[in-house]
Amino acid sequence: MGATTETFYSVIRRQGITRRSFHKFCSLTATSLGLGPLASARIANALETKPRTPVIWMHGLECTCCSESFIRSAHPLVKDVVLSMISLDYDDTIMAAAGQQAEEILEETRAKYKGQYILAVEGNPPLNEGGMFCIDGGKPFVEKLKVMAEDAMAIIAWGACASWGCVQAAKPNPTQATPIDKVITNKPIIKVPGCPPIAEVMTGVVTFITTFGKLPELDRQGRPKMFYSQRIHDKCYRRPHFDAGQFVEEWDDEAARKGYCLYKMGCKGPTTYNACSTVRWNGGVSFPIQSGHGCIGCSEDGFWDKGSFYDRLTTIKQFGIERNADQVGMVAAGTVGAAVAAHAAVTAVKRLATKRDDANAKQDH
Amino acid sequence: MMDAVARPAETETNLAAIAADAAGEYAVGRPTVYVYEAPVRICHWVNAFAIVVLMVTGYLIGTPLPTVEGEASGSFVMGYVRFAHFAAGQVLAVFFLARILWAFVGNHHSRQIFYIPVHRKQFWKEVLHEIRWYAFLEREPKMYVGHNPLAQTAMFTGFTLFVTFMIVTGFALYSEGEGIDSWQHKAFGWVFSIWPNSQDVHTWHHLGMWALVMFVMVHVYAAIREDIMSRQSIISSMISGERQFRE
Ligand code: HEM
Ligand code: HEM
Ligand code: SF4
Ligand code: SF4
Repeated sequence: MGATTETFYSVIRRQGITRRSFHKFCSLTATSLGLGPLASARIANALETKPRTPVIWMHGLECTCCSESFIRSAHPLVKDVVLSMISLDYDDTIMAAAGQQAEEILEETRAKYKGQYILAVEGNPPLNEGGMFCIDGGKPFVEKLKVMAEDAMAIIAWGACASWGCVQAAKPNPTQATPIDKVITNKPIIKVPGCPPIAEVMTGVVTFITTFGKLPELDRQGRPKMFYSQRIHDKCYRRPHFDAGQFVEEWDDEAARKGYCLYKMGCKGPTTYNACSTVRWNGGVSFPIQSGHGCIGCSEDGFWDKGSFYDRLTTIKQFGIERNADQVGMVAAGTVGAAVAAHAAVTAVKRLATKRDDANAKQDH
Repeated sequence: MMDAVARPAETETNLAAIAADAAGEYAVGRPTVYVYEAPVRICHWVNAFAIVVLMVTGYLIGTPLPTVEGEASGSFVMGYVRFAHFAAGQVLAVFFLARILWAFVGNHHSRQIFYIPVHRKQFWKEVLHEIRWYAFLEREPKMYVGHNPLAQTAMFTGFTLFVTFMIVTGFALYSEGEGIDSWQHKAFGWVFSIWPNSQDVHTWHHLGMWALVMFVMVHVYAAIREDIMSRQSIISSMISGERQFRE
């Protein structure tokens, strides 16, 4: 535990990393966070002088894809982040300690770093049956979460689970899986959605918090603006095909081979805020659209409950039947049209009848 | 006072004023009232045109035209469709706003579409009368200078509320392209507090279009029908501004 009072710089120097590589790392990090050239010096200064920030990483109902993504970060190298930049005191998935010993770490961190540690949550707590659906260390996860959140400086909600609920919260949500911000309401929460979030985005967020000691600027939904202020569609390399009106109409058609826009195949890029089209995945190798598949909107609220990933128009279930807006609209407008036509017909008949009546009335005189 | 004119005073005399002119031909003198001032009429036709453009282009945004062959640099079909939509959207917003402002300075009828006098019993009685008239249960329609009470109710919900909804959700969607620092996002970004996923805003905006389609269908039918059936001019009123009463 003493390691947490060390600085990042002293740790990496001890590991034999040169001062030159350290500065390279600082400027790369500054760039990836979208900060100006001066920020590099500020990052270096912070990493040289500030004690490392303790991080507690907890897991609720989840699939561990966030952790899987995180440890594959190419830059800043995750081993630097995990091992040096922050002092990851507790992560029940990757730490060596287990059982009683592991649980003690939680108590210790909470006492020693009251109000100073970061609570990173992967997954979410199910609230039904008193939280019975996710038991961790003999206690419902929701209780553990509340206790640890009490003394945290801030909370990172990793992924779609912690941010929005994700598939375990899909209708009818039997376990009542609930996103973190609906359970913890008195702490700053930063949402880093995605299923999983991009590794570089995750490490970028951690780097920012640990170097500047505060949360980055968040948008209306509580996401860091630096990574979530643009849609996939805004920076998609297939965008010229979208504007030109060149669409893939069917999988494996000529347009698909030519790499046209996947809009008609249900691509959710136009409604999805994430950094995939700029940062990409696996160290910048590719991202779903580049591999020929539309975006499924994995970083958006409720993406799991909006009908097929392959439909352009969202399936609406509120009307009892599963139809899209055009199908609902056409039926409704068709009904109104038929009513108008019928009304017009009755009007015409009535008018004729009235005229005849009037004519008859005149004749009677 | 409601606009129900049992029969304007001058109507009685004017209706009978059938005078032979020098040539011995008969001209019918009909009572007329100035109802729709020029700004109301201009706003009406500009908005009607904008809404038709918005419906066509909006539908094509939801279900784009078949793929265009050739180089991407060679065409801009989706770009133009969207441009037309956004341009018509801004036009609608400006003229709708102008129409609202006119309600403050214009005549009594210019305010009709912006409220329903929910608290007045007489109003609802007249709405019922109009419903009965449209349900063929009343033989004679009443005469109104402005909108009849049923039309007023329909205008308020079908036009004022729906168009406001479309403008608000439309600008919220537009702000996504303009960026979160744009004035559009500052003014309309709150829509995403209601629907955090803009996919839902798209769906509601799209459903709103169908609601408006229904309004326009009924509206145009009612306008033509009333023009033929009722005892006042309708369609020409929206062109000249004058309401003629006839027997
Ligand atoms: C009567 C008014 C309007 C109608 C009928 C209408 C109709 C539509 C429809 C059907 C869509 C497609 C939705 C989808 O399935 O994704 C759409 C999209 C859109 N509309 Fe409207 N709209 C109207 C007014 C406006 C206004 C006032 C604006 C504001 C400038 C606006 C901006 C947009 C935007 C930005 C999109 C999304 C375009 C995209 O995703 O590429 N609309 N509209
Ligand atoms: C997108 C289509 C349209 C919309 C949204 C629309 C909307 C409106 C609104 C809001 C009014 C009330 C006027 C006011 O106080 O501002 C009105 C009146 C009127 N509109 Fe339209 N309109 C549309 C299309 C048409 C068309 C195509 C016609 C022609 C047949 C038409 C004929 C009329 C007439 C005759 C009136 C006056 C009704 C009366 O005298 O009581 N409208 N419309
Ligand atoms: S592939 Fe998707 S994100 Fe890319 S331009 Fe087309 S719709 Fe937009
Ligand atoms: S492209 Fe869309 S679905 Fe795929 S990872 Fe990115 S945000 Fe998620």
